Amino acid sequence: MSKHTLATVWLDGCSGCHMSFLDMDERLVELAEHFDLIYSPLVDLKTYPEHVDFALVEGAISSTDDEAKIKKIRAHTGVLIAMGDCAITGNVPAMRNPYSAKEVTDRAYFENASAQQQLPTIYVPTLLKTVRPIQEFVKVDYYLPGCPPAADTFHAFLTGLIEGKPVDVSALTRFGA
Amino acid sequence: MSPAPAVDIKTLTIDGKEVSARAGQTILEVARENSIAIPTLCHLDGLSDVGACRLCMVEIAGTPKLFPACVATVEEGQVVTTSSDRLKKHRRTILELLFAERNHVCSVCVANGHCELQTLGQEQGLTHIRLPYRNPKLEIDGSHERFTLDQNRCILCTRCVRVCAEVEGAHIWDVMGRGIDSMVITDLHQPWGESACTRCGKCVQVCPTGALFDKSKVGSPHPKYPEFLPALQMMREQQ
Ligand code: SF4
Ligand code: FES
Repeated sequence: MSKHTLATVWLDGCSGCHMSFLDMDERLVELAEHFDLIYSPLVDLKTYPEHVDFALVEGAISSTDDEAKIKKIRAHTGVLIAMGDCAITGNVPAMRNPYSAKEVTDRAYFENASAQQQLPTIYVPTLLKTVRPIQEFVKVDYYLPGCPPAADTFHAFLTGLIEGKPVDVSALTRFGA
Repeated sequence: MSPAPAVDIKTLTIDGKEVSARAGQTILEVARENSIAIPTLCHLDGLSDVGACRLCMVEIAGTPKLFPACVATVEEGQVVTTSSDRLKKHRRTILELLFAERNHVCSVCVANGHCELQTLGQEQGLTHIRLPYRNPKLEIDGSHERFTLDQNRCILCTRCVRVCAEVEGAHIWDVMGRGIDSMVITDLHQPWGESACTRCGKCVQVCPTGALFDKSKVGSPHPKYPEFLPALQMMREQQ
């Protein structure tokens, strides 16, 4: 049987969704019979593959780098799944939105820095004016809310995908779950 | 010839079910008496109704208009529909507007798991908000010794205003401003801690979200117990 290719992506989130994904424990072995994890913080590949069947995206869009990444992911992915509240609502990263990006960086790199007060300019992408959910940038095929979605939620959802019978997500999880 | 009935009885249909009601009853009351669920948010048993949230909208045959079931009264021969694709669409949109209007960050909210807005969102199948979030900068009033008002979570249902005025009789809560700038305030917009608040906590118990909360509950589950209202009402009527 040919396997589906799977990617997991970590944008502006705390990696809690990835942790919860791993909490599927021994069920991951059974899922590995259906999915080949080809791109993820958990594998070595550095560039997004030409084509991925399913991508689980954690985190909101906060910087120019996140924005470029999500557009690239969309272009090279069959089914894009927004994983967790940060990807879907902005959640905790978006709590900076009532303030300007400058107020935020001033607070982090100047007011609260006791040494080397300076704004990093190389390797660190520029913050967008506000943190936005991924559906404001690209088309999303499925939403899996939760902070993080529970391991059981992941399992039921992914099993539904394999069987071609998408589950009713609201029966499993909600914002803040 | 039968004698005229002592009470004015109306017969109507709700979701295809024949029901009877007393004249003056609301569609919501009659539906609930007949185990027909209509989602509500600003309505609370024991308080007057204001028709603020519009979640309880129903269809009545013969008119394209929608009616808020919590304030619309029954009529003879009415044919009411409480659930349809059109109503679902409107209810969903109302909830999305509420989520997008202020900052409802469920994961870090004191009411997480005990919030009527969150529960309704789940019940109505809301997995994401299709509107851009407004992310306004709003006040948090922590001046009261026991309670906090967090405007980020307020949905302007006015339950707090009504319970304070109608049940506690203190009327320290009110709504200031218009439209999107409307805010609940204490006294004439004085800090809650310096207001004429009687510290009874009824507003906290009726608030459907994390907008009003008990400071001692931060970091632990904070269920609310609005069921005290009908019980209190019954006791007062017996006196
Ligand atoms: S503070 Fe709570 S009870 Fe008062 S209007 Fe806002 S949401 Fe309703
Ligand atoms: S419950 Fe009827 S309008 Fe809010």
